[in-house]
Amino acid sequence: MEKFTSLTATACPLPQPNLNTDQILPARFLKWPRSRGLGTALFADLRCDPAGNERADFPLNQPARHGAKILVAGRNFGGGSSREAAVYAIFDHGFRCVIAPSFGDIFAQNASKNGLLTAAVSEADAAELADAVTADPGRNVTIDLETTTIRCGNRTYRFTIDPVGRNQLLNGWDDVDLTESFGARISAYRDADRLRRPWANPAKP
Amino acid sequence: MKEPQTLFDRLWATHEVARQEAGASLLWVDRHYIHEGSFHAFSQMKARGRRVAEPDLTFGFADHYVPTRGNRANGIADPEIANMVRTLESNAAENRITLFGLRDPRQGIVHVVGPEQGLTLPGLLIVCGDSHTSTHGAFGAYAFGIGASEVAHVLMTQTLWQNKPKRMRVSVEGAVTPGVAAKDIALAIIADVGADGAQGHAIEFAGSAVRALSMEGRMTLCNMSIEAGGRCGLIAPDSTTFAYLKGRPYAPKGPDFEAAIEAWSSLRSDPDAAFDLDVTLDAAAVAPIVTWGTSPDDGLPIDARVPDPAREVDERRKKYIEDALAYMGITSGTRLTDIAIDRVFIGSCTNARIEDLRAAAAVLAGRASKVPGLVSPGSMQVKRKAEEEGLDRIFREAGLEWADSGCSMCVGINGDTVPAGERCASTTNRNFRGRQGRGARTHLMSPAMVAAAAISGHLADVRPLLAGRKV
Ligand code: SF4
Repeated sequence: MEKFTSLTATACPLPQPNLNTDQILPARFLKWPRSRGLGTALFADLRCDPAGNERADFPLNQPARHGAKILVAGRNFGGGSSREAAVYAIFDHGFRCVIAPSFGDIFAQNASKNGLLTAAVSEADAAELADAVTADPGRNVTIDLETTTIRCGNRTYRFTIDPVGRNQLLNGWDDVDLTESFGARISAYRDADRLRRPWANPAKP
Repeated sequence: MKEPQTLFDRLWATHEVARQEAGASLLWVDRHYIHEGSFHAFSQMKARGRRVAEPDLTFGFADHYVPTRGNRANGIADPEIANMVRTLESNAAENRITLFGLRDPRQGIVHVVGPEQGLTLPGLLIVCGDSHTSTHGAFGAYAFGIGASEVAHVLMTQTLWQNKPKRMRVSVEGAVTPGVAAKDIALAIIADVGADGAQGHAIEFAGSAVRALSMEGRMTLCNMSIEAGGRCGLIAPDSTTFAYLKGRPYAPKGPDFEAAIEAWSSLRSDPDAAFDLDVTLDAAAVAPIVTWGTSPDDGLPIDARVPDPAREVDERRKKYIEDALAYMGITSGTRLTDIAIDRVFIGSCTNARIEDLRAAAAVLAGRASKVPGLVSPGSMQVKRKAEEEGLDRIFREAGLEWADSGCSMCVGINGDTVPAGERCASTTNRNFRGRQGRGARTHLMSPAMVAAAAISGHLADVRPLLAGRKV
């Protein structure tokens, strides 16, 4: 997995609240293998009208937003379905960080496992950031995961992320490797648990 | 003295294998349910040259993509969908995982079949790559949805790293009035706390109205906890739980069952345990609810009117209401009961258990639906039971289509969709834009309320329609 330490890039504002994973990646794309280019399906039904034409008023479609690596989103971003492909679509489109007042729990966990930073800021800071990047599409925003700060113009904001997700992103860790180093404890747990909770094993039907 | 514990604390402590300084715990997984969507996880596992660590604790369910209409024993016509189901079959076979596949008489939606088969038990930690895994919390299990990377991690290690969620209690006290179902309680709670009101929290449902619910009702309630943003929902097991589990194929049997009941009986919150959030609701005040907008917290009592954005002071809320009404094709201030519908859907892991079908059939019996509709039972066992009871005849005679089991029109990936611009009264869990198909307009409600909408042709109050009927 790609490590994340800091990032300086332009940002795309998308401040409406409750953009759930059904909006991020509609269900009909879920059977696509990732290699088919999930980035092109990102926000498919918000980006395009039913005839398939790009909507000019959708920020992601505006030429000034091409190359943006940061998404400045609204409250409860990524709620709903657990589909990890929603994270793949955002990442494969080129985004490396989503800034929002809050995130769906499962989405945030999926993001950290795939190199996408979810930076939670206050509602007021999110609104200020969205305004700033709306006014000036060329403005660079700097995100520093070591210090958990965001710099935009002469303003600095603090963000939060759960400590496990932060570690995972900073180190580009693969948690399967980490877990395997606990192998002996897992077997010990399993053996003791069989005696402690015999009912927990499925009976023979 | 030992600090008082909540039910959730107990479940957490039982499953903790290890803890890290950063705060995450490595938890043991008792049941891992997989479905067609788990293919990303199997690819990740194969890429590492690994196999499933505990195939005996892993169970596969063909539900998300399976057809529900036509003769599906003859194979699946759509090659992409056929491929999804076939991939699940081969992944299960290669790894010696028990699969409730398309031709299995026990096939159905994972969150219906798991409990039905007695795989879901109190005190277990259950995960599945589906957010409505919270359903299984109805048995006093810690059950939650995970993403593909976590599915891969569980496949390979039977464990999962988790940060401990905060604790929330939702107490529903008193008794509901006739015509009010578990779905109405769920929608009332979500409207009250908001679609992200329980974010980061494990919700324990308590109170006399929750205790009074059947297992089916409890599953509906816990199923919807994710629509309030909760990490999971749970209910302490009691005699209702034990009675449901007795004799289920994978549940403990004979003396083992008695011993299990003894262990399960300690699964409850101490009376003085503290919760980070505490919410109380008066059951008697809950009316039949329908949603009007594009978020599950947009529930209103059926006798209300849709909101008027002009009356909103908060600019963002005003914009949300305008956008939602535009998408839904409703004028502000419209009476909910004046909203005409194009079709109905009775199905999904939220409301397609036998009790749900009975509730809908009780309203539909001897009446005709004014709109077309689909009834997809939660499992093939539910389907057979309903047929034994003659419910299929009631649905068919009302003009509704009686289908096989699967996720169907809940998420529309098997091809069962609501056409763009059409309005559907639905027993499902999400009224998100495009959830039931591109441009589809979804109103969430209980099975009885969907039946009421079907025979009325518009959103309707089920209560007068129940007069003189046995329910
Ligand atoms: S019925 Fe809907 S919510 Fe339930 S498991 Fe299937 S897709 Fe998920």
